[in-house]
Amino acid sequence: MSLFAACKPLSRNDMAERLARDIPEGWYVNLGIGAPLKVADYVPMEREVIFQSENGVLGMGPVPDPEKIDRWLINAGKQYVTLRPGGSYMHHADSFALIRGGHLDLCVLGAFQVAENGDIANWSMSDNDSAPAVGGAMDLAAGARQLWVIMDHQTKSGESRLVRRCSYPLTAIGAVTRVYTNLAVLDVTPDGFVVRDVVPGLTLEALQQVTDAPLRMAAKNS
Amino acid sequence: MINKIVQTMADAVAGIRDGAVVLLGGFGNIGQPHALLDGLIEQGAKDLTVVSNNAGVGRTGLARLLDLGRVRKIVCSYPRTADPVVFEELYRAGRIELEIVPQGTMAERIRAAGAGIPAFYTATAVGTKLAAGKEEREINGRKYLLEESLPGDVALVEAWEADRWGNLTYRSSGQNFNPIMATAAQLTIVQAQHVVDLGALDPEKVMTPGIYVNRVVHVPYGDPMVP
Repeated sequence: MSLFAACKPLSRNDMAERLARDIPEGWYVNLGIGAPLKVADYVPMEREVIFQSENGVLGMGPVPDPEKIDRWLINAGKQYVTLRPGGSYMHHADSFALIRGGHLDLCVLGAFQVAENGDIANWSMSDNDSAPAVGGAMDLAAGARQLWVIMDHQTKSGESRLVRRCSYPLTAIGAVTRVYTNLAVLDVTPDGFVVRDVVPGLTLEALQQVTDAPLRMAAKNS
Repeated sequence: MINKIVQTMADAVAGIRDGAVVLLGGFGNIGQPHALLDGLIEQGAKDLTVVSNNAGVGRTGLARLLDLGRVRKIVCSYPRTADPVVFEELYRAGRIELEIVPQGTMAERIRAAGAGIPAFYTATAVGTKLAAGKEEREINGRKYLLEESLPGDVALVEAWEADRWGNLTYRSSGQNFNPIMATAAQLTIVQAQHVVDLGALDPEKVMTPGIYVNRVVHVPYGDPMVP
């Protein structure tokens, strides 16, 4: 732990805020269930980013006040949401046609593991899962133009989630383009993980010590 | 005169046979035709295959149909919900077959069935364990899986408005799987919140033309109270 004495890992909210900064106005974005949904809280309404939900909602707005809930309007996580002016509805086949057809600029998913070749494992912990549930993760991972993953750098027991090859069942092959962890932001490139930035006080050497896959430093100004 | 409106739930679900493949609309609780499910429970058909995004919540609706041992197989993308007790009990006991399908592949398989397309290629699930047993083909440098269409014998659909020809509209995220399932079955049965006169629906707002619909039953239950 002495390696980390000088640095403070990001909280879940900090990670979401860090990722949200990198989403440009005008992008169409799907946020996965769980931690990725927090990203929406850090995109100001005046920066027009259009959020899609797999169940046929394009232009999703924030969670409604309890007295203003529309009981017919939920997101893929089955939470009540709102529709922004300009939003639209569609059926499931059209919703996944826009995903599969490469019309989403970005999908943000959580993950158990990301490999240096961009493979992602996020839907099942083992081959003997009691009742595996994939939802739309495989469609999103294969279909969006960019796939960013937001996850802790290590498991609770200290194992690296950035690996040479995933050991958990895969969601998609070669799909991840960037990873936001509580310690760093890394691009997935043909040469493996390239570190874009790290939390203040953490050295690349210290980051490498807690990362299974080999890391490279991004060239300055890249 | 064409009149697809039926007056009783028994008439709505009449003739669903043992062993039928049942396409069940809804995403979570929204747009799920609960009254038709209760009608099917009452009707008695068994040995069913149910195609539904989720595998039932609590002990009512689909969960009750499962609990009664009437479902041989479920085809779904996400059996894990807040309270899928019945499904998990049956699955752990080996008393129900599960086919997990990625949600978009499931939607497209249903759409394809309604559109007369027997199979299609998709990049979804390439390189994963859900690719097992499926033909893989490289097209323009990318790998794809061949997925077959998923037709039903029966579709159970929830609509917002319906007329006697079976023209339908849906309400916001209550669309989900309903419009595509309505196209993909031999027998499409609809429960509608509002039954309106022929000609009352704006033709530009009709989302399912009546050609796909066989029966409509009026079930004005109001808003779904849980998501």
